[in-house]
Amino acid sequence: MCYKCVDIASWVQGGWRGQPGAARRIAKETRGWTIWLQASSQGTEILCILLFTSRALLPNLRPMLRYTLSRLQSLILSLIVASIVIFATVEVVPGDPASFMLGMNAQPDTIAALREQLGLDVPLWQRYLHWATGLLGGDFGTSYTYRTPISEMIGDRLWISLPLAIYALTLSTLIAFPAGILAATRRGSATDVGVMGITQLGVAIPNFWFAMLMVLVFAINLRWFSAGGFPGWEDPLLAMKALTLPAIALALPQASILARVMRSALLDTLSEDYVRTARAKGLTRRQTLWRHALRNALIPVLTIIGLQFSFLMAGAIIIENVFFLPGLGRLVFQAISQRDLIVVESVVMLLVFAVIIVNFAVDIAYAIVDPRLRGNR
Amino acid sequence: MRALLTNRNFAIGLLLTSVFVAGALISFLWTPHDTSGVDIANKLKKPLSEGYLLGTDHFGRDILSMIMVGARTSIAVAVVAVGIGIVIGVPLGLAAAASQGSLMDEIIMRSNDLVFAFPSLVIAILITAIFGPSAVNAIIAIGIFNVPVFARLTRGAALSLWKRDYVLSAQVAGKGPARISFEHILPNVTNLLIVQGTIQFSLGILAEAGLSYVGLGAQPPIPSWGRMLAESQTMISFAPHMALLPGLAIVFTVLGLNLMGDGLRDIFDPRIRREKR
Repeated sequence: MCYKCVDIASWVQGGWRGQPGAARRIAKETRGWTIWLQASSQGTEILCILLFTSRALLPNLRPMLRYTLSRLQSLILSLIVASIVIFATVEVVPGDPASFMLGMNAQPDTIAALREQLGLDVPLWQRYLHWATGLLGGDFGTSYTYRTPISEMIGDRLWISLPLAIYALTLSTLIAFPAGILAATRRGSATDVGVMGITQLGVAIPNFWFAMLMVLVFAINLRWFSAGGFPGWEDPLLAMKALTLPAIALALPQASILARVMRSALLDTLSEDYVRTARAKGLTRRQTLWRHALRNALIPVLTIIGLQFSFLMAGAIIIENVFFLPGLGRLVFQAISQRDLIVVESVVMLLVFAVIIVNFAVDIAYAIVDPRLRGNR
Repeated sequence: MRALLTNRNFAIGLLLTSVFVAGALISFLWTPHDTSGVDIANKLKKPLSEGYLLGTDHFGRDILSMIMVGARTSIAVAVVAVGIGIVIGVPLGLAAAASQGSLMDEIIMRSNDLVFAFPSLVIAILITAIFGPSAVNAIIAIGIFNVPVFARLTRGAALSLWKRDYVLSAQVAGKGPARISFEHILPNVTNLLIVQGTIQFSLGILAEAGLSYVGLGAQPPIPSWGRMLAESQTMISFAPHMALLPGLAIVFTVLGLNLMGDGLRDIFDPRIRREKR
């Protein structure tokens, strides 16, 4: 944040605090603001204070709280800007959803009625506010094609996409940690060369192609797994089995990247002075590794895990198509082909939201692990 | 040049990459068979059949020819996408570094963070949902994603260069920030940019394949590796070569580029560590 913003902040605060009545009267003149105010009159105030005054407050707070607040501030800002960008991008689309839904021969008054029903007749910025306030309460709007609440559609699909991403992340961590640690502690050995070779290949293999090959081997030839589809969560074991091949396919490139990061981070910390000191005071190699080197190596590894989550969410979109899993990815592609843009908009917003939240969590975790980071943002 | 070829990673990478670049270039002049026609009589031939080194697909099209022409699409998409990233990202990074701590720096870096929150596939979905799927839109989607990568890299490297004595003497000599950025900073970050460029190039090829696979990339009749894989999926049980070969083409190209990037990094500066956030 800049100092100019602080000036604006004091001005905004004056406006909000000093004459709340006046500010609201001006705001009430338009419908969008009324909705906004009704939904979150307190929320708005907190938001404004958070956005603008934290700079003034910050020096007086404890470092960790200050750091969290400053991250929270940029989290909220990025969410607001991201939602505006997504909304604006989708608004650029030529053509009117109402006339698209009703087809070529629709009467103009029918189209007008549907436009009103869909809330398309109000100005752009009011629609944005309506959409954004809805998002805050978990209301994504109504699908143009299915006329059902999008939150329900997403809710159902999320129960496949989210477990898949978590499953894959777990797998990739379970593979990458031992591999990276082995390679780093036996630097230059055959194990190291082998791990590095495999990871080099793992990064180069497109995960959907790997998925197809696994289907060929494990589903078609060996018949250990089904080639696709999802049986539902009634039988959790069966459901996990259906997610296993997709999760492996998703995890392979991520595990390769993670193993490489783990190795290089560990090599860095293993050459640090404090590791030598630990060895000198009589700790065994193993003790030094677990107590000193590994803990410090976790910092860059944590960042990469956070970044990978976004790739997993996105990668899942493609992998779901290989295995015909009815997750968010399938939903998006259906919506694209049906020009159901409000669904596309909502899913994209959800994915971006997930990425921003995860990165925020990583930043916080980072500061917990490494107190040095609390000082600067 | 000697240093280049004695680096094993770089030599292997260069060899792999040039095979596919050569294949793409030759395909402009000559391919073993025509890729646009349908030849049902010769469909689904196994590899090493007479006249068809890598076999044919379900329309009887020669797979070797398809891979050669498909290399064109992959390379073109990746080159332009990396180009977009460099042309927009590098000046932004230079400007941010030149005005470190200012409002402009803040805006540039915050918007970079924002773009980073959109995985390239998500950007591609958004763009294709609006403008329809095409190779051009795939390029834009991958290119946008490359911008913050190069902006961050350039800014990070440039910041340390701004503290050097030769920049100070240039300032004393009266050169402005723009001139210093281009005359003194840019030449010194070029090595880093080349290394990152090869890595982004390989990521671009993977991204293009993924987008084409789900139908958001190059549209028929333009051959593309990703779409060849998509078409092969239903026939994988009786014609596995249709799925194997284009996939191997992707793997070898990406592997080659990655090895080249690793090699270049070692050659340019053994001490260079990649910027970590």
